Formats: sequence, C-alpha cells, structure tokens
Amino acid sequence: MINLSDFLVVSAGLFCTGLFIILTKRNAIQVLIGIELMLNAANLNLVAFSRYDKIDNGGQMFTLFSITLAAATTAVALAIILNVYKRYKTIDPDKIDSLKD
Amino acid sequence: MTLERAMFYLMSLVALSSGIYIAASRNLVRSVFMFFVTLMAIAGLYVLCMADFVAITQVVIYVGGVLVLIIFAFMLSGRETLSGLQQLNNKFISIHKVPAFLLTILFFIVMVNVVVKGNVNGIPWTAKAVLSGNVIGAKDTTVNNIGINLMGNYLLPFEIISILLMMALVGAAHLSRKERGI
Repeated sequence: MINLSDFLVVSAGLFCTGLFIILTKRNAIQVLIGIELMLNAANLNLVAFSRYDKIDNGGQMFTLFSITLAAATTAVALAIILNVYKRYKTIDPDKIDSLKD
Repeated sequence: MTLERAMFYLMSLVALSSGIYIAASRNLVRSVFMFFVTLMAIAGLYVLCMADFVAITQVVIYVGGVLVLIIFAFMLSGRETLSGLQQLNNKFISIHKVPAFLLTILFFIVMVNVVVKGNVNGIPWTAKAVLSGNVIGAKDTTVNNIGINLMGNYLLPFEIISILLMMALVGAAHLSRKERGI
C-alpha cells in the first residue's frame, strides 16, 4: 500500500512542471498543455484521497467532473486560439496585446 | 520492494520526466506526443490509487478527445507560426527563464513542505476510514458504486456539468465558424 504523501509529492512535481510550462512557453497551445498538466496534478490529489472514501466516492466523482470540464475548456480554448491566429497571424501570447481597435 | 511500489516509482518517473521533456522541448509536435505519455502515466497512477474507472475515463477522454483536438488545432493553425517559433531561443536555461525557474522551485518547496508538515499519512479521518473498513481494497470493484452515486448523491452536479459541457461545445462551434463578409 503506497502512502498518501508519495502521491502528493508526485502531484506537486507535476503541478510545478505545468507552472513552469505556462510561465515560459511562447505558444498558446503549449500554455494550454501546461494548464492541462496542472489540472491532472489536482485530479491526482483528489483520486489519492478518494481511496479512503469507499462509500461516497467523492474524490473520484469530482475527478470525473473535472475531466469533463477540462474537455470543455480545451474545446473553447482551441476555438479561441484559432480565431486569434486568424486575426493576428500568431499565437504567441506575448504578442497579442491589443484590443479590438 | 513490492511490485506495487516498483510500478508506482516507474509511473511517477515516466510522468515527471515526460513533463520535464515538454517543458524543455521547443518542438510543438514532440511536446504534444510527450503529453500523451504523461497522460498515460497519470492513468497508471490512478490505477495504483484503486480508481480504475477514473483511469479508463482519463484514457478515453484525454487521449481520445483532448489530445486529438490539440493536434487538430495545431494542424489548422498554420505552418509558418510553428517554424517561426522553433528558432526563438535555443537554450533551456536562458536569462529570461530564471524568474520562472525560481518561482517553480520555490513553489515546489512550499508544497512539499505542506505535505511534510501537514503529516498527511496520519490524518484522523483516514485513520478512522481504515478502522471502519471504508477503504477501497485491491479486489473491490468501484464501477457499481460510482454508477449508483452518480445517479444518487451527485445527480445535481452531474446534470449541471452536462448542461455546461453542451454550452461550451455549442460556444466552441460558434466561435470557430467561418465569418462571412469580413
């Protein structure tokens, strides 16, 4: 039986990797990948604690909900990225700095 | 060292190293495919937490849906941005990545400190759950209980999340339609 703290340290490492990707990448799609990685780290915490909740299954339920939310987020974010690419011809988040007019 | 613990170390090593590879590589296609490896390793970690249904859902939705969507968007977003982005900065440690690196390391230290100081392995409610047999064992099936709970305790969040998913998908289709006359 693996201790809870091992899972928490792994998920902290994944979260920090996602944070580093978000802070350094210059491509909106890669920033999105970083966000997904952070979401996965949070899900790992929920699932690790959910082992001690056999009757209610709270952690696994909310992990399922958050996976669904991540899918919705990705769909909307990719639509926005494609629109941004059509308008600015770049998807570098640093270069997209003007409002509509 | 038992097989379970060996698998845990293998999975976490694969997940962390592929995550670091995503952070280090400048090639977008490679990072997308390494993200695939990361998601598979995280699904393996879910299995080690005795959450097999969540692991299967992770594989189906993330790998089958989200990743395909990302690859699709990157194919639609044009070749010239990709070739322009790849020759920006060729070093992993460059001077304007130092603040991000520092922030990440400090944040990691803070989180590990929370895990250590919080004495996660000795939380009272988990000890109580172990005593009363409320722990998912290796031979239990979780799928039946998840189905009952999804239609029982968590029916309202389930319905809300389905409406939200439908709204988000309709909104995404609306955003990515062809604009006429502009």
